[in-house]
Amino acid sequence: MKLLTNGPLTPLAVPDRVTLVNEVLASGLRGRGGGGFPTGRKLQAVIGRKRIVVANGCEGEPDSHKDHVLLSRSPHLVFDGIQVARHAIDATEAVLCVHEGSPLLPGLRQAAAPRGVRIVEVPRRYVASEESALVSFLGGGAAKPTVSPPRPTARGMLVDNVETLAHLAIVARIGAAAFRAGETTLVTTPSGVHEVPVTTRLADLVAGPVLAGGYGGVWLSAARTDDLTVAEAPGVAVFRSPRECGVRDTASILAYLAAESARQCGPCMFGLPAIAADFAELANGGRQALDRLRRRLPVVTGRGACAHPDGAVRMAASALDVFADDVTAHATGAGCTSTTRRTA
Amino acid sequence: MSTLDLDPIACRAHGLCADLLPEAIDLDEWGYPLLRGGDLPAHLLPAARRAAAACPALALRLTA
Repeated sequence: MKLLTNGPLTPLAVPDRVTLVNEVLASGLRGRGGGGFPTGRKLQAVIGRKRIVVANGCEGEPDSHKDHVLLSRSPHLVFDGIQVARHAIDATEAVLCVHEGSPLLPGLRQAAAPRGVRIVEVPRRYVASEESALVSFLGGGAAKPTVSPPRPTARGMLVDNVETLAHLAIVARIGAAAFRAGETTLVTTPSGVHEVPVTTRLADLVAGPVLAGGYGGVWLSAARTDDLTVAEAPGVAVFRSPRECGVRDTASILAYLAAESARQCGPCMFGLPAIAADFAELANGGRQALDRLRRRLPVVTGRGACAHPDGAVRMAASALDVFADDVTAHATGAGCTSTTRRTA
Repeated sequence: MSTLDLDPIACRAHGLCADLLPEAIDLDEWGYPLLRGGDLPAHLLPAARRAAAACPALALRLTA
């Protein structure tokens, strides 16, 4: 059963809570928000007197459009998924989060009201829709990540990406076995949003090198895209080709990530701008910038409250690896190899 | 089995911890603590307690 095909709306017959959770576990369904955490286990982890389903439709990743397409073409499936999740954890409340000013808002509000789902507008910042940032914002705080533990599930909150919830609705309808046999996923590629079987090889979707998993993801060489399936790619299913050359692209992405820091933790607040500046200097021809980068990258990662700086470091390190020839060319001021293979 | 735990949001890079426990805490180029990690040897525990107590931001904790 496909997410983006609009079919007649059949009544949703949801099994009892225990059977439902077991089906979700058996389905192998994993989160589609980037973390890839097994959805059944997350359902089991929700504890607390007051339980809330939080559907995350913010899609803060600039290159990703799959949640927008899903919410615009098949919102009913997302609402079904919210309903299934509500039943699975015995929640008293359900919330759907989208960015402030989203063009989807009027339509979503109309659909949400009769279904008892509250729409919440979240500030348009990269880290605002991170799981703990959403929880903080919903609790009246800032839309900034918080230290973990406690995890949202320990506080009674089930935060799931809207696509995950859509798949959950399908598991509830057709069961684990049928779901596994035909499991699809939404991917954003340079040619747009596609729904593909999870077994699809990356090489059939994109030509490498490609940035997989969003701005905090990993650059993959052409050879690597031959190895991996969509299910094996890290992070959110979004694939970006370099605009000019991988070095310049990485520099501009790092500048964005540095500007989007929540500025709560020193290594991120100071480290990201530093490595962004280093990469920009490298792109303009700087050998010393490369040395500074190699020294700084291991120091910036793993020392913050959230994975924002970790993603930036991972992305930058993969660029140094995948674009090694371009890096050397830039560092020695020899001119970028991509100027000779610039595509039309 | 005591370890040092840092709250990265609370930390304001005062640096007292590194002063009091240089054997286990370094500072990065921006003044933020780099914890060695792992269990603290017994002879460092008194200094570790002082370091945790001295943090103006209450960002450092010694967990048993």
